[in-house]
Amino acid sequence: MNPTLAGILFIGSLVLALALVYRPFGGYMYRVYTGTGHLAPEKFIYRLIGVKADSEQRWGTYVRSILAFSLVSVLLLYGLQRLQDKLLFNLGFDPVVDHVAWNTAISFVTNTNWQAYSGESTMGYLVQMAGLAVQNFVSAAVGMSVAIALVRGFARSKTDLLGNFWVDLVRGTVRILLPIAFVGALVLVAGGLIQNFNGIQTVATLAGGEQSITGGPVASQEVIKELGTNGGGFYNANSAHPFENTTSWTNWFEIFLILVIPFTLTRTFGLMVKDKRQGYAILAVMATLAIASVTLVNLAEISHNGTVPQAVGAATEGKEVRFGVSNSATFGAATTLTSTGAVNSFHDSYTALGGGMLMFNMMLGEVAPGGVGAGLYGMLILAVIAVFVAGLMVGRTPEYLGKRIGAREIKFAALYFLVTPALVLIGTAAAMASPEQRASMLNTGPHGFSEVLYAFTSAANNNGSAFAGITVNTPWYDTALGLAMVFGRFLPIIFVLALAGSLAAQQPVPVSAGTLPTYRPQFVGLVVGVTVILVALTYLPALALGPLAEGIR
Amino acid sequence: MTTQVLNTPPEKAPVGRVRAGLLDPKLMLTSLPDAFRKLNPATLWRNPVMLIVEIGALFTTYLAIKDPSFFSWSIVVWLWLTVLFANLAEAVAEGRGKAQAATLRRTKRDTLARRLRGWKPGGSTPRDAAVDVVGGPDLKQGDYVIVEAGELIPGDGDVVEGIATVDESAITGESAPVIRESGGDRSAVTGGTKVLSDHIVVKITQRPGESFIDRMIALVEGANRQKTPNEIALNILLAAMTIIFLLVTVTLQPLAIYAKAQNPGVPDSLAITADGVTGVVLVSLLVCLIPTTIGALLSAIGIAGMDRLVQRNVLAMSGRAVEAAGDVNTLLLDKTGTITLGNRQASEFIPVQGVFAADLAEAAQLSSLADETPEGRSIVVYSKEQYGLREREMIVGDTGEPTAEPVQLHFVPFSATTRMSGVDTPDRQIRKGAAAAVMRWVRENGGDTGNVGTLVDGISASGGTPLVVAELPQGGTARTLGVIHLKDVVKAGMRERFEEMRRMGIRTVMITGDNPMTAKAIAEEAGVDDFLAEATPEDKMALIKKEQEGGRLVAMTGDGTNDAPALAQADVGVAMNTGTSAAKEAGNMVDLDSNPTKLIEIVQIGKQLLITRGALTTFSIANDIAKYFAIIPAMFAVVYPGLDALNIMRLASPQSAILSAVIFNAAIIVGLIPLALRGVRYVPKSASKLLSRNISVYGIGGIIAPFIGIKLIDLVIQFLPGMS
Repeated sequence: MNPTLAGILFIGSLVLALALVYRPFGGYMYRVYTGTGHLAPEKFIYRLIGVKADSEQRWGTYVRSILAFSLVSVLLLYGLQRLQDKLLFNLGFDPVVDHVAWNTAISFVTNTNWQAYSGESTMGYLVQMAGLAVQNFVSAAVGMSVAIALVRGFARSKTDLLGNFWVDLVRGTVRILLPIAFVGALVLVAGGLIQNFNGIQTVATLAGGEQSITGGPVASQEVIKELGTNGGGFYNANSAHPFENTTSWTNWFEIFLILVIPFTLTRTFGLMVKDKRQGYAILAVMATLAIASVTLVNLAEISHNGTVPQAVGAATEGKEVRFGVSNSATFGAATTLTSTGAVNSFHDSYTALGGGMLMFNMMLGEVAPGGVGAGLYGMLILAVIAVFVAGLMVGRTPEYLGKRIGAREIKFAALYFLVTPALVLIGTAAAMASPEQRASMLNTGPHGFSEVLYAFTSAANNNGSAFAGITVNTPWYDTALGLAMVFGRFLPIIFVLALAGSLAAQQPVPVSAGTLPTYRPQFVGLVVGVTVILVALTYLPALALGPLAEGIR
Repeated sequence: MTTQVLNTPPEKAPVGRVRAGLLDPKLMLTSLPDAFRKLNPATLWRNPVMLIVEIGALFTTYLAIKDPSFFSWSIVVWLWLTVLFANLAEAVAEGRGKAQAATLRRTKRDTLARRLRGWKPGGSTPRDAAVDVVGGPDLKQGDYVIVEAGELIPGDGDVVEGIATVDESAITGESAPVIRESGGDRSAVTGGTKVLSDHIVVKITQRPGESFIDRMIALVEGANRQKTPNEIALNILLAAMTIIFLLVTVTLQPLAIYAKAQNPGVPDSLAITADGVTGVVLVSLLVCLIPTTIGALLSAIGIAGMDRLVQRNVLAMSGRAVEAAGDVNTLLLDKTGTITLGNRQASEFIPVQGVFAADLAEAAQLSSLADETPEGRSIVVYSKEQYGLREREMIVGDTGEPTAEPVQLHFVPFSATTRMSGVDTPDRQIRKGAAAAVMRWVRENGGDTGNVGTLVDGISASGGTPLVVAELPQGGTARTLGVIHLKDVVKAGMRERFEEMRRMGIRTVMITGDNPMTAKAIAEEAGVDDFLAEATPEDKMALIKKEQEGGRLVAMTGDGTNDAPALAQADVGVAMNTGTSAAKEAGNMVDLDSNPTKLIEIVQIGKQLLITRGALTTFSIANDIAKYFAIIPAMFAVVYPGLDALNIMRLASPQSAILSAVIFNAAIIVGLIPLALRGVRYVPKSASKLLSRNISVYGIGGIIAPFIGIKLIDLVIQFLPGMS
């Protein structure tokens, strides 16, 4: 088959599959988060952790619950890594070095899954399964709970209660992530992914050498890695590794898992605010940005600018031949448009503009469709900012979903918007100002700079993918990127929940002909425009010195 | 007691108002000193965006002194001009208010007052009471003063005794005198206005130094201007964007140093050296990126919005009220005077069977000739217009020629007991009046009322007032001629205005004391969305509260003391200047013209204010795109030649590109001052259509305009020295 046609079919069938599950799955998640009953295992968990499941929390309590839970998670994960040699199922690995352990603990708790280590030669089964995989579930559930709390802020009125974090966390994990992960893992095993406890095996290679190959429960790790938009691979090669991603159709299925929750949450949002059109509008904004991005990355890779790609006939460097250029490009776009950060190809080897586009995807704040939960709340913040700027132009105090966007609301939205650019720009500048940190770059010139810019963009946006090339398991990078991940995750969450609290307390404004309709194509275009322009204005100078300087001829 | 006239007002023409509209160039000039004064950082700190520009200007001045070049000095000059232009915008907006205040001040002079000693309302004749002559500023609340014809009223208060015509032109600009009398809703008088006839006793209600004129002066001058909620919110967003762009420029430096170091062969330029981007260029980039346009014009927009209200003779007590006006969801409008003309008018003559309409009209007109009530006049006018009957032709003298004097006519005036009026001619008696009364008169005179009862019921059902006309020929029996349909006449154009309101998403509710049937008919005719019939002040209050509970903002007008609680409860309460001081105190706006229809204009001004802010914010942000296309290649194309592709405007040189962007950034402020003061054009439309229009003008236009502007500036300045 013609590769272009194959690429289009690949993307088209993904869109179709997502469209098919959109309504039923969105409705299911709506029922999960709004239902009043508790399942038996849930009741057991609530009793275990001493939570009154039927009481609700104010925004401040909700925030404190998240922070407390995350702190405990970081400590547990750090401890597991540092004590690895003394615990079971360690495959004989040493304890993880302190700065790497801190970085990894932060990375998995913040849903970033930046990996400053090689999975198969660092982490034993216990850390992988009881540490990293658990965080893959719960960090995703945390993101979803924050999004749901924000949506409750819009949907509710004259209340200071946003729901119960522990209930949202448990339900997200038990009712949404676990069942899908279970089925998904079976599908992946059928696709040829391994699922064993065979330890490290030494095999003879064709060339006559010897190679150590680590076996493990890969399929079960892989499914939540994608579904929870985590991205931390069992193997260092991540989804490029044949045991993590065997064939073109497992590749397709993994992209589907990455996108399914973030896109479908817009349906849940529409149902919760009792106006499905609002959900469709947000979906349309996400889809417009996503389709444009996927197209541009594909074009950049297929048109293969650059000396070597032109000589070869395709930008094949760093891409698996079993996937091909287009399916790699699509995976790359999907993983950076969400906060996944799994890779099935080497982003450092993308064409300058293709790689720049991957960075731009993350710079958008990962909202198209973004991480599980994080994408929805990020996009709603952008909608609030768009409504504020443009809403004034209809001659009313701006309002979104019946809630006024006043000084308090715009303060939290603006603070949210400030966090990631500040982390990315300050982090990048700090690294570039120091000759020692510059030494970590693999390349020189604009490409070397792109590696640094990509690293901080990825960490601050909780993506976790690496441009690679750059050597990051140094104490400085582990610390700096770790801080970027912590602040990039929790500061926005605090601002989102503060915003939710202030929205929930409001009395809704009734809709009239004077109200800006937020479900029409006009509004979709507006949010897309505001998002792209604000992000471009923030990052254009940095991008100019990196991918643009390299890519424009 | 002999009285001499105190406080003769100065001879002067009625106060001329400072007109809105295009910017007066003279005002620009006279505001310049103020603009320079505002350069003081202590003043500027209220505007963080412009404060940053000023700090940048100071910094570049230092750099230019240290390392002078034509380029850096040009940038320095234009950065200072940017701050100056922003100050100018504010100064011009304030200047208009100051001019207004000056004309008000001329009317405010210290007056002497005749304070009554130990007098209470209802006591002795005030002219006989003992008086102290005191200065106006010494009057306290609760003092009683007597004001004679030709005197200025010394302070705000309510008339407690007497009736007088008062010239209020000092406040309203309207030269026709108005009547002020004790009791009722026409009792409030304003200090500084002049009594033209008679004398009145005024109970002072103002505190010393807080007269209406004092407040008016403070308001139009913007002396105690507070930032409005929406302005605060916008300032937060602008501050956030300023922080982002500050970060963008500051963090650019290590990146630039690295880029330069990677290309050691590239010589230093005015824009980039081994130490990174030069200070002058970095500040230029920052100033171009931060939202200076809206930052410069934001306060001017707010001041001008208040000023536009003043042009329409409305005083808003706070900017918050003006903003709330834009958000109003429900308008409560009094029927009488707002929706309908003050009085009922004849709209139809319905004869009973066997009578010609013309005969009915003739009888109706004849009987109304001496009727000076508005209803009576309207009958005369209606019969003239509809049946071509002219007054003079009706009155036929003995000669058979029309005469001017109705010599043989004997008019029977209306009385509350008979409830009818009429005329007796030599050959017949004509009576018109309330249906029951006239029908009884007909029956008493041996006549038959025929089907007139049905006609009467029909008119009542349609919300009108029926007047029955009957005649009694000399020596005959009485007969009913027909019915006059009196109805409330809805002011011309009201339906269209309510239609506009609906398009803007505003619900109109008519408030009336009429019965529900009448109210419904008028409501339907006027096209209001809802009505409140047989309304008491309590009903009005309850309605406002109900609307507000649903999250709606309510605007209303009122003048009476019993309106005061509702005026205070409403989000926008417009008190009529003719109203009581209680009402004026309770509302958050006062309409000096006392025209209740103006509420609609107030709403539009509120909307226009918000739209202007949003439009210029959008424009300001959209402008940044073009500036990047000018400055990024200018900074970095020497290092990475590929970036020259971003120079899509093909600007002549890096220096000219950067200077052009800075000049455009400053010039656009001056260019937009008129728009900020006038407000963007507002046509009542649905939100969606308004947005489409404003996005295409200020969003898309804001992206395109600077590309053209910067290119044009570059075409000129490239010939300056040091630009190549």
